[in-house]
Amino acid sequence: MARKFANTSQKETKNPEKAKAFSGGLFSFFLWFSVGFVALFILATLFSLFIFSLSAIKHNGWQIFIGTNWDPDNASFGGLPFITGTFLTSVLALLISLPFSLSLSIFLGEYRPTGRLSTLLKAVVRLLAGIPSVIYGMWGLLVLVPLMQKWQLSLVSFGVIPMGVGVLTASLVVAIMIIPYSTSLAYEVIQLVPQDLKEAAISLGSPRYKMIQKVIIPYASSGILAGHMLAFGRALGETMAVTMVIGNLNQMPTSLFSAGSTIASVIANQFTESTGLHTESLTELGLILFLFTIVFSFIGQRIIKNLSFER
Amino acid sequence: MTTPKAHLRSNIIKDKLFFGIILVLSFAVAIPLIWIVGYIIVQGVQNLSPVLFIKDQNGGGILNAILGTIIVTTIAALIATPIGIMTGIYIAEYQNKFSHFLKVIVELIQSIPSIVMGILAFIWFVVPLRSFSALSGSIALALIMIPVVVKNTEENIRLIPLLLKEAAYALGAPKHEVILKILVPCSISGISTGVLVGVSRIMGETAPLLFTAFGTRIIHINIFRPMETLPTLIFKYVSSPVEEWIKIAWAAALILSATVFLLNLISSVLIKRWKVKL
Repeated sequence: MARKFANTSQKETKNPEKAKAFSGGLFSFFLWFSVGFVALFILATLFSLFIFSLSAIKHNGWQIFIGTNWDPDNASFGGLPFITGTFLTSVLALLISLPFSLSLSIFLGEYRPTGRLSTLLKAVVRLLAGIPSVIYGMWGLLVLVPLMQKWQLSLVSFGVIPMGVGVLTASLVVAIMIIPYSTSLAYEVIQLVPQDLKEAAISLGSPRYKMIQKVIIPYASSGILAGHMLAFGRALGETMAVTMVIGNLNQMPTSLFSAGSTIASVIANQFTESTGLHTESLTELGLILFLFTIVFSFIGQRIIKNLSFER
Repeated sequence: MTTPKAHLRSNIIKDKLFFGIILVLSFAVAIPLIWIVGYIIVQGVQNLSPVLFIKDQNGGGILNAILGTIIVTTIAALIATPIGIMTGIYIAEYQNKFSHFLKVIVELIQSIPSIVMGILAFIWFVVPLRSFSALSGSIALALIMIPVVVKNTEENIRLIPLLLKEAAYALGAPKHEVILKILVPCSISGISTGVLVGVSRIMGETAPLLFTAFGTRIIHINIFRPMETLPTLIFKYVSSPVEEWIKIAWAAALILSATVFLLNLISSVLIKRWKVKL
């Protein structure tokens, strides 16, 4: 045993410098390969999306932003209905989820930071985040859409066409999906509000709800905002759930109940069946979506970064 | 004119009312979860049958999609794990301007919509190879998984006490040995949790697979050919008017959600049980 050990150690010491240099070299090769890949990824994405859709960019010009007519057969690619649909559903989803996500983050951050109730709610949030989006879409289409249809039937006299699918239904589903993203950052920031400030407010005789309104929310506002920015970015790019319940109409949505499309849903719907300029125009829409989400994510990150300096 | 006492009382009432509203709105978030999960369990269990697991789609089952999901996800994990871990190590261990830049990039990658990843894999692999393929789907999923692995690796490596690293350096170990023999083994539970979380995340991804892996109704294991996965199967079956297919979709949704849930459970157990005590 001892001999065996001696042998191996001898073998190892035969050329230790060389072996070490080799493994070190191998390691740094893998390291730089991975790091280089990640570092160049955004540029490569931008570049390949741009190159691939170059002829569409030339052909469409500004039409992709301001044109309202999407007709692949006649090579007319106006993307405004999809851009409108994307922002409409995302803003609406954010507004619908706001009271819930804000309450949840106040509850988890201020009222019950620990304990059974908060463990339960955190588990709920985690599970919501874990459900695949196609399953949200399936539930939306098979369960929520018939319900919406029933409700819209009572609104027929107001000129609503009871389709069930549409912008509002899509926003509802997306609102549920983004709650985990908007709360996860917000409640942590609320927990970070200095105890001194809270005590000062209380000692001046302010009731707790007023303290939350006037001290906690203003103090944590940038963090709450950043969380909602990230959630908004998610909502912009959400594809499957939206595709399944928005109705997929290539026209400007006329009301909250009308069918529409988002950039992501039109790509999901038409990409495989498209050829030539149609595919390239869809890629151009993908490039626009990419730029939108990158901008919002970057702003969100800036806010978070400023936040950590304050601390 | 309110007396101090009445003022106090109104404040107490308002306070209780405020808390009540917060409580109700917070717990309202659980309603859609129970609703969705309940539907999947009830409908899924009703429509679950052994045929699903032994026949492909032409035979009324979903075995090809189950195998497809396993193959596509595994390849994606094999691509994303080493790249993700290495980048995470770099961000945590090499404190310089470049690593700060990398951190920003990783967060930006995380925010890219998954459908854009699908377009990328389409441009990079489907167009040159002139065919939809399981491999291109895996690449798209790997791109989504990388940021998850990076963030988890980085956070867990940062947790390792400086003392441990200093001891290793003091013994004359070069940087790559310190990383491979001290940092990675000590944070292995956190890193593998990151990988599992990433896998459970990409397992349910549908959008990038629609025009990369595309789908086929038969069983095969050639990764250069189109392959069906559970999420794309659910999407196609739910959108179809065939009653029987919608039933199969519910069962498939149950299988997919249960798997994702199980992976999440394993990862949370892992992080508790397997953690190296420091």
